[in-house]
Amino acid sequence: MKTEIVLSYLRKDKLPHIWCPGCGHGIILGSMMRAVHKTGWKKDDIALVSGIGCSSRTPGYVDFNTLHTTHGRSLAFAAGIKFSNPRLNVISVMGDGDAVAIGGNHFIHAARRNLNITALVFNNYIYGMTGGQFSPTTPYKAIASTTPYGNIDKNFDIPSLAIGAGAGFVARSTAIHVPGLDDIIYQALNYDGFSVVEIISFCHVQYGKRNKLKTPLSMIDWLKSIALPIAAYEKLGEEQRRDKIPIGIFKNIPTEEYSQKYIKEIIDPNKSKDSILKDYCKAKLYDL
Amino acid sequence: MQKKRFMITVDERLCKGCENCINQCPKKVLELSAKLKAYPARQEDCIGCLRCEYICPDFAITVTEIKGDSNEN
Ligand SMILES: Cc1ncc(C[n+]2csc(CCOP(=O)(O)OP(=O)(O)O)c2C)c(N)n1
Ligand code: SF4
Repeated sequence: MKTEIVLSYLRKDKLPHIWCPGCGHGIILGSMMRAVHKTGWKKDDIALVSGIGCSSRTPGYVDFNTLHTTHGRSLAFAAGIKFSNPRLNVISVMGDGDAVAIGGNHFIHAARRNLNITALVFNNYIYGMTGGQFSPTTPYKAIASTTPYGNIDKNFDIPSLAIGAGAGFVARSTAIHVPGLDDIIYQALNYDGFSVVEIISFCHVQYGKRNKLKTPLSMIDWLKSIALPIAAYEKLGEEQRRDKIPIGIFKNIPTEEYSQKYIKEIIDPNKSKDSILKDYCKAKLYDL
Repeated sequence: MQKKRFMITVDERLCKGCENCINQCPKKVLELSAKLKAYPARQEDCIGCLRCEYICPDFAITVTEIKGDSNEN
């Protein structure tokens, strides 16, 4: 019943996709497509941008305007698209390495600037594509190919990072909390400003096999055991919180979107956003 | 009230045999075939919860309600 909806947005000649059997990234792709369907946006009005990584293969399968760029630069390209053609709904997908390791600077500055972009971070706690090196989100003591004795680094909490940098919509869910995830992505897509959704994915091949979670089933059960709603998480004591991750919407407040601010403060404070957009698109020969 | 009935189809070109659907189905409707693809071994037990559709990373499984003459069985 729902699969037909998802397939109607995909480039079917590109399937099956390259992701390993059971990988969480495919589940998230389905959820994204159902959320996009709910918005009613036309395919041609959406730009989906990615960097490099397993997660960044996503745009290759989706029948929108798509861009597969360089590692960590998904948001830089997304910002360029939004500036040059503001009528497009711009979605940026990234892996954890893409978003907060090599692309960390783009991430915080995109949040600070507050352009209307939806940033979806597929966090599988590892560099999947390149052989399981640890990333800035790899949990404490977890084994990666580059932390054979266990990771001693502190990991990033992506929602806290996004809130600290000024994003107005910040949420977290997981690949296994479908269809609840659809609704969170839908709200992020509709948010007027920079929105971040951290989606905990799973990579049983590079992360799981080194951490006693070799099969998709064991990774799914593990996620079920560690994820809980924010309200329930807050009731826990310090000690009990350690191995748990809160999911839900952390922040959702109206903010002044960058292009509106630009129009108001730089171009012409007396004109409405719509009339400026129309003039702009006429000059650039876009249809509005 | 007549119990709802569902038909399950698996696109064998897309299914990679990861078993996500098999493990998440609350009614244990699905099994792995000799070709290592999911198939509905007990379709009549399906309650139409769509958990298999949601958890399938390969968009290979479709559940549809069988509408029509319910006096058949
Ligand atoms: C500039 C640059 N540095 C390094 C790489 C190698 N590289 C490719 S993908 C990747 C990491 C992918 O991990 P992540 O972003 O978490 O995505 P995943 O594969 O886990 O979905 C790296 C380091 C590259 N392609 N370009
Ligand atoms: S390596 Fe990991 S993240 Fe990449 S496709 Fe395989 S399971 Fe998914």
